[in-house]
Amino acid sequence: MLNNITSIGKKATRDGFGDGLYEVAKANPQVVALCADLIGSLKMEKFIEAYPERFFQVGIAEANMMGIAAGLATGGKIPYTGTFANFSTGRVYDQIRQSIAYSDKNVKICASHAGLTLGEDGATHQILEDIGLMKMLPGMTVINPCDYHQTKMATIAIADHHGPVYLRFGRPSWPMFTENMPFEIGKALMMSEGTDVTIFATGHLVWKAVEAAKALAAEGISVELINIHTIKPLDEAAVLASAAKTKAVVTAEEHNYMGGLGESIAGLLARKLPTAMEMVAVNDTFGESGEVPQLLEKYGLEAVNIIAAVKAVLKRK
Amino acid sequence: MSDIQYLKKVATQVRRDIIRMVHAPQSGHPGGSLGCVEFFTALYFGGVMKHSTNFSMEGKNEDVFILSNGHISPVWYSVLARSGYFPVVELATFRRLNSRLQGHPTTHDNLPGVRIASGSLGQGLSVAIGIALTKKLDGDKQLLYVLTGDGELQEGQVWEAMMFAAHHKVDNLIVTVDWNGQQIDGPNEKVMSLGDLEGKWRTFGWEVLHNDHGNDMQSVLDAFAAAKTKTGQGKPVVVLMKTEMGFGVDYMQGTHEWHGKAPNDTLTEKALAQLEETLGDY
Repeated sequence: MLNNITSIGKKATRDGFGDGLYEVAKANPQVVALCADLIGSLKMEKFIEAYPERFFQVGIAEANMMGIAAGLATGGKIPYTGTFANFSTGRVYDQIRQSIAYSDKNVKICASHAGLTLGEDGATHQILEDIGLMKMLPGMTVINPCDYHQTKMATIAIADHHGPVYLRFGRPSWPMFTENMPFEIGKALMMSEGTDVTIFATGHLVWKAVEAAKALAAEGISVELINIHTIKPLDEAAVLASAAKTKAVVTAEEHNYMGGLGESIAGLLARKLPTAMEMVAVNDTFGESGEVPQLLEKYGLEAVNIIAAVKAVLKRK
Repeated sequence: MSDIQYLKKVATQVRRDIIRMVHAPQSGHPGGSLGCVEFFTALYFGGVMKHSTNFSMEGKNEDVFILSNGHISPVWYSVLARSGYFPVVELATFRRLNSRLQGHPTTHDNLPGVRIASGSLGQGLSVAIGIALTKKLDGDKQLLYVLTGDGELQEGQVWEAMMFAAHHKVDNLIVTVDWNGQQIDGPNEKVMSLGDLEGKWRTFGWEVLHNDHGNDMQSVLDAFAAAKTKTGQGKPVVVLMKTEMGFGVDYMQGTHEWHGKAPNDTLTEKALAQLEETLGDY
């Protein structure tokens, strides 16, 4: 099964957002979109060209964008906001908290350029805390898709999911490998069954986990690879079932280890099924300028880091 | 009884409600609430808004009101209840555990009449713009009404929203600024001067109207009527409304001291003695 997971080429997850937005807008006339001066970066051109009256340029004013989105949702629209992940979360946390989450508004907060893979712009833009910020808000659904196709499917699916959603994706061109896989909000995706260890991976690091699992298989280590695209609500049943089976867990994500997927899984396992666990994530630090491969290597988010984490957790099993 | 006499009777009862609401839990914001009684009474009872107590969140084909300075919730709750949005007796639960009448308004507990949480300041205008845009998309000709505090204008988001509304010609929107000149730490002019407030709105591209007598019912009605004539002409409309904080209760009037403080038993009695029970206390 692992060998069936192959890359059919590369595209950015943000391209999946742009294509998904166009398709969901075509299918659902209530879908509208807003952008804070980053149309090209968010790949929103196709939507805007097709539905100019349903697009609102807000300029560089993200707080206002979140409020207007809350108002559009109040009136019955399904607004998608588009800007970088940093400006979609940290910059506007109180607006999201009061006008969207607490007010239960059906706003889709779509956030590109998340994490280190934003690259050369550096730490001001490389938010590594956004999953934590968003998952702490009651009622917020948090989704971090792993490739072009999954981002496109998620972008379409969230229109039919009532309530606020944080959809996190990224900048770089990235392997595509989920074209024929299902996507359901809140449901973990079993990518490959195994017996020795479970890797729960999210976002860009899913592909790194695929590479790691293949290398480990060659060494005779059987990896169960599960993609957690929906960090909240967490598919607790899937996590517990796999942890019970393999008795060793590794998480992998492009985020600070505090507040991320690993923390959610650790919390669940601590409460219900204490299990040996290692986390592959950024170690509570800011990022920096650099090329994507350099950054992933320096901050320990490569396949080799996942392999090392698997070997470490197997010793503790 | 003329309409204006009736509105004044409602206003007096609303003032009694405000005092009693903040007295019971010894908590809340009477000053700004009292200053905006004429505004709310005119809006909900004076035929200004087309609205239905059969509340729907979307408010299609109705005028919609958004309160941005949520701390003056007592006046809004009283007017909503007295209009028939929910039972008047529920005013007794204000700021109490398990109440729908939270310290600051919220949609969380499905209180009819409330469409957005407010309290953290500066957010209401943006939300109202979003609803106004929805009305334009849907061909709905009704209007958006917003109330914002003056101190609240110190929040940067308000200016983002002002810029947006002018740029996108959101002309189905009437904002009123409760210009009482006071905020928690003292007068605006001392805390953070608003400067040439009229000039600021005007140069941002808004149609600016004045109401220098925000505690005079007829003046408030006239201001709404004038503002309505300015809608639909490509510009958002703002009314700079001068009010007096604490209006109607002598010892609260014109000072920021009662911004967020409840009167004790003696002072409550003193306040209520100045306010006739016109519609019946809850």
